[in-house]
Amino acid sequence: MSPATTTQAKPAAPPSEKLRVRVNGKEVEVPKTMPDPLTGKPLPTTMIQACAVANVDVPHYCYHPKLPVAGNCRMCLVEFGTPALGPDRKPIVNPDGTPKIAKAPRPAIACATPVTPGMEIYTDTPAVKQMREAVLEFLLINHPLDCPICDQAGECKLQEYSVDYGQSASRFVEPKVHKPKRVDLGPRIVLDDERCILCTRCIRFTKHIAGDDALGIVSRGSYSTLTAYPGRVFDNNYTLNTVDICPVGALTSKDFRFQMRVWFLKETKSLCTSCATGCNTVIGSREEQVYRYEPRENDAVNSNWMCDYGRLNYKWIGRPDRLTAIRTPASGVRTQAATWSSALKEIADKLKAAPAGSVAIIASARQTNEELYLLSKLAKALGAMTDSAPRVGEGDRLLLNADRNPNSNGARLTGVSANPMGSNLPQIAESIRSGRTRTLIVFGEDATRHGIGKELLGKLEALIVSDILPNETTAAAQYLLPGCAHAEKRGTFTNTKGRVQKFMRAVEPRGDARPEWEFLQELLALITGQAGAVSVEGLFNRMAGEVPGFQGLTWAALGDTGVTVPV
Amino acid sequence: MPQEYRQILKYADEPGYQPDIECYLRHGGYEVLKKALGLRPKTLPDGRAVGGPEQLRQEVMVSGLRGRGGAGFSCGLKWSFVDRKSGKPIYLICNADESEPGTFKDKQIIYKDPHQLLEGMIISSYANDVHLAYIYIRGEFVEGARILNRALAEARAKNMLGKNIMGSGYDLEIHVHRGAGAYICGEETGLIESLEGKRAYPRIKPPYFPAVLGLYMCPTIVNNVETLCAVKHIVAMGGAEYARLGTPNNTGTRIVSVSGHVKRPGYYEVEVGKVTIGELINDPAFGGGLRDGRKLKAIIPGGSSAKVFKAGEKFKIRRRSPDGKDAEQEYELLNLPYDFDTLVAAGSMSGSGAIIVLDDSTDIVEALANIAEFYAHESCGQCTPCREGSLWMSKALHRLTHGEGRPIDADYLIRIADNIPGGRTICAFGEACAWPVQSFVGKFKDEFVAKGAAGQAPTTEPATTANQVTEAKAMATRQ
Repeated sequence: MSPATTTQAKPAAPPSEKLRVRVNGKEVEVPKTMPDPLTGKPLPTTMIQACAVANVDVPHYCYHPKLPVAGNCRMCLVEFGTPALGPDRKPIVNPDGTPKIAKAPRPAIACATPVTPGMEIYTDTPAVKQMREAVLEFLLINHPLDCPICDQAGECKLQEYSVDYGQSASRFVEPKVHKPKRVDLGPRIVLDDERCILCTRCIRFTKHIAGDDALGIVSRGSYSTLTAYPGRVFDNNYTLNTVDICPVGALTSKDFRFQMRVWFLKETKSLCTSCATGCNTVIGSREEQVYRYEPRENDAVNSNWMCDYGRLNYKWIGRPDRLTAIRTPASGVRTQAATWSSALKEIADKLKAAPAGSVAIIASARQTNEELYLLSKLAKALGAMTDSAPRVGEGDRLLLNADRNPNSNGARLTGVSANPMGSNLPQIAESIRSGRTRTLIVFGEDATRHGIGKELLGKLEALIVSDILPNETTAAAQYLLPGCAHAEKRGTFTNTKGRVQKFMRAVEPRGDARPEWEFLQELLALITGQAGAVSVEGLFNRMAGEVPGFQGLTWAALGDTGVTVPV
Repeated sequence: MPQEYRQILKYADEPGYQPDIECYLRHGGYEVLKKALGLRPKTLPDGRAVGGPEQLRQEVMVSGLRGRGGAGFSCGLKWSFVDRKSGKPIYLICNADESEPGTFKDKQIIYKDPHQLLEGMIISSYANDVHLAYIYIRGEFVEGARILNRALAEARAKNMLGKNIMGSGYDLEIHVHRGAGAYICGEETGLIESLEGKRAYPRIKPPYFPAVLGLYMCPTIVNNVETLCAVKHIVAMGGAEYARLGTPNNTGTRIVSVSGHVKRPGYYEVEVGKVTIGELINDPAFGGGLRDGRKLKAIIPGGSSAKVFKAGEKFKIRRRSPDGKDAEQEYELLNLPYDFDTLVAAGSMSGSGAIIVLDDSTDIVEALANIAEFYAHESCGQCTPCREGSLWMSKALHRLTHGEGRPIDADYLIRIADNIPGGRTICAFGEACAWPVQSFVGKFKDEFVAKGAAGQAPTTEPATTANQVTEAKAMATRQ
């Protein structure tokens, strides 16, 4: 397992010397070395990296920028030349003063061949096109061509490169090689060996990144077959990354298999909320339903990976028992359902009337920075004691953090949580027991699981709760305000390393549910008489102006991958 | 009259010659090692001091010795590429994975004169500052591995190996490692992977040139059995003297394996380039001619992967004559001198030194089908063109030889084969599997077309071909 791909900060690479090469006639300057994806040590810059600098796409299957180079697919073969040297070992110059280029007699794989000064790389010559066509033909002869029932269809490199570089007809008349189908590799992965093009990305990932040397190839030649080690189950917590990096439909996710055609999916930039690492994700959704999470590249956080635990933790968003209705003490009595304006007005009146020090707030470190900021302001206005609840599990060395709250640092920076987090909860319980605290505001936590049981909740004059899913606290609430999953709103989290990152809305909130920051602003305005921001951007920028930990940040400057603040 | 020139095999077939160390010592064994270890540092006219090992390397460079494994690369040059400044240990590996069909020369040395190989290895190791060397021997040479292990034990007992060899202060250990039956383990980087305990997937070059990043990512020399034996003789007689054997740029002696349709199949050690292919096949001292009543049809000159020659072919070749001048000359096939450069100039190669003779009783399509099946079976499967192409060609040839061919199959085969070699694959196996198809079909096209025309081409994909049956069985056992 390598620190370079984890959340740990990489040592700053020393400034590298530059050299100049030409890609299809266009001169580019590239560093002489680039860091090894695993160790961070400088390695000679390769042709494919130089082509990337020149914005020239070189088709490839086995190459992956975050994995060791294998060089087996042969799709990235290119032609190249180097400055010709005379007998005096000096470059020969053309009549026009340019260096004479000696074209190499054989092609080279762009993924593994280092660039040298003055090298010329040709990626679009007839010979290169012919070689790509040949490689594609070889890859397809024994491929089942079952795109109509293949989950990879639509995001398959065989399909894409066939369109770009392939032939339309097959001349293969022999019987195909048959290999195992529907191989149950592990609890989350199904393998179709006939679709596999033996690029070994999955093998290299699980060996070098996940640190679990579980996959390998058995048999030889065209009968080569990907398999898990005999008798072993491929079940580490990172197996689903192999589905992401599989360029074809060989490795499929049991969870996503046959659920949705990928071209129907809307992709939304988001974050994983299952631990404090804050892996960057893409949510795939269609018609207000979430179908999958995929990791999104962020070298400061999660590289290109995420854990299976976080990836599959999305089903609760679509649970049928989601809280969707506003509840007030009157809503059960009257025939007319409660509305946001009436409920917030009632709550504001109650809170304004509450004596100072009689209100306590339990926030959740699953809430966004903006929401926690608003709750801290509310607490200040009411003189309320606040805290949030720690959530702990077993961490690992790669991505999974023992802190299972996505925004513990946000809760700390906004001052909502005590230090250590949760240390105020017994005091809140005691304060309710003694009758000093008579109003409790709970956001996103089940107070009964943190020492404030039902009998204590029953002693309160007012219990105001906002949550997403029902629990014992929401059951006891007088005022229940349905909130949103992160996929249903926008906002920011601060991860375990202080990375402030934003996420976007993938689907609409259910029923009457609203983003918490929206109604918290309204509530605050009703209590303080000061208008709130109208957008999450404005709210974030206002927070950055007031909370010292976020000083200097702006929503826009967060970009897609966030900004790190000291924690 | 051309004759054998036995240098490496000088004693191997003498009556009573035994593979034990006593017999070897009685025949002057390990004297060359003693000489090599005793070399004193020399001071050059420019004042530079040259140690014993470097002197040995220079002798090998001067000798012009070319690798006997298949590629014919200069041994001295190969040694000169070794990274001696890395601070890492340097390894020497003897490639005894002799697996090119038609080749059976290294076997003679290993089985009959193992100590000669060890002496060559110890000298080569000393010359290259190697302290740990391996013999990677093909798994099928079960007895060969036993013989070598016995020889190693004897050498250790006599302090030809181990610590402070013969009081010289030089330490060396040699281990025998048996392969498990894969042709690709003869490819040097595949061999290294296999020796490291992994699948024998050849490595990509760059960056994994053995001379820099070889065994355990250390500088490594991989030499063929016969090459290492030749080193002993080079040190014994001096590089310049050795270079007088054979012909310019094709120096020394070489053991040629002659097989196929000749009266006297066998191995013959000759001076490189001093004997023609025709002599090796027809001379009573060598192959002894074709079987009675048969005519020559084709020659595979350098192991089954070499491009085939058709009987009666003529070649215009520029060749360096003994006076050092280049001259173009026309050669009949049988008059081609059997050396590295001439056969390359004639469009093939001397490869592992294995001549396979095919007479007019041979069905050339069947012969190619047999070769292609071998390569399809032995492709390691790592890179795409070879993995898919080798089996594709084999399947097409299987179809042709089983009455399901088409006249267009000749072109079909060529077009598949053309997409495999020429730097498209990781190792030279791409060439090895494509060259036979390119050359057989290219030179005997009418036979392939005729075979295809006589076939009943499958109009649809057959439900159960022989291959599918085999595959179904393989699948059943795997699951």
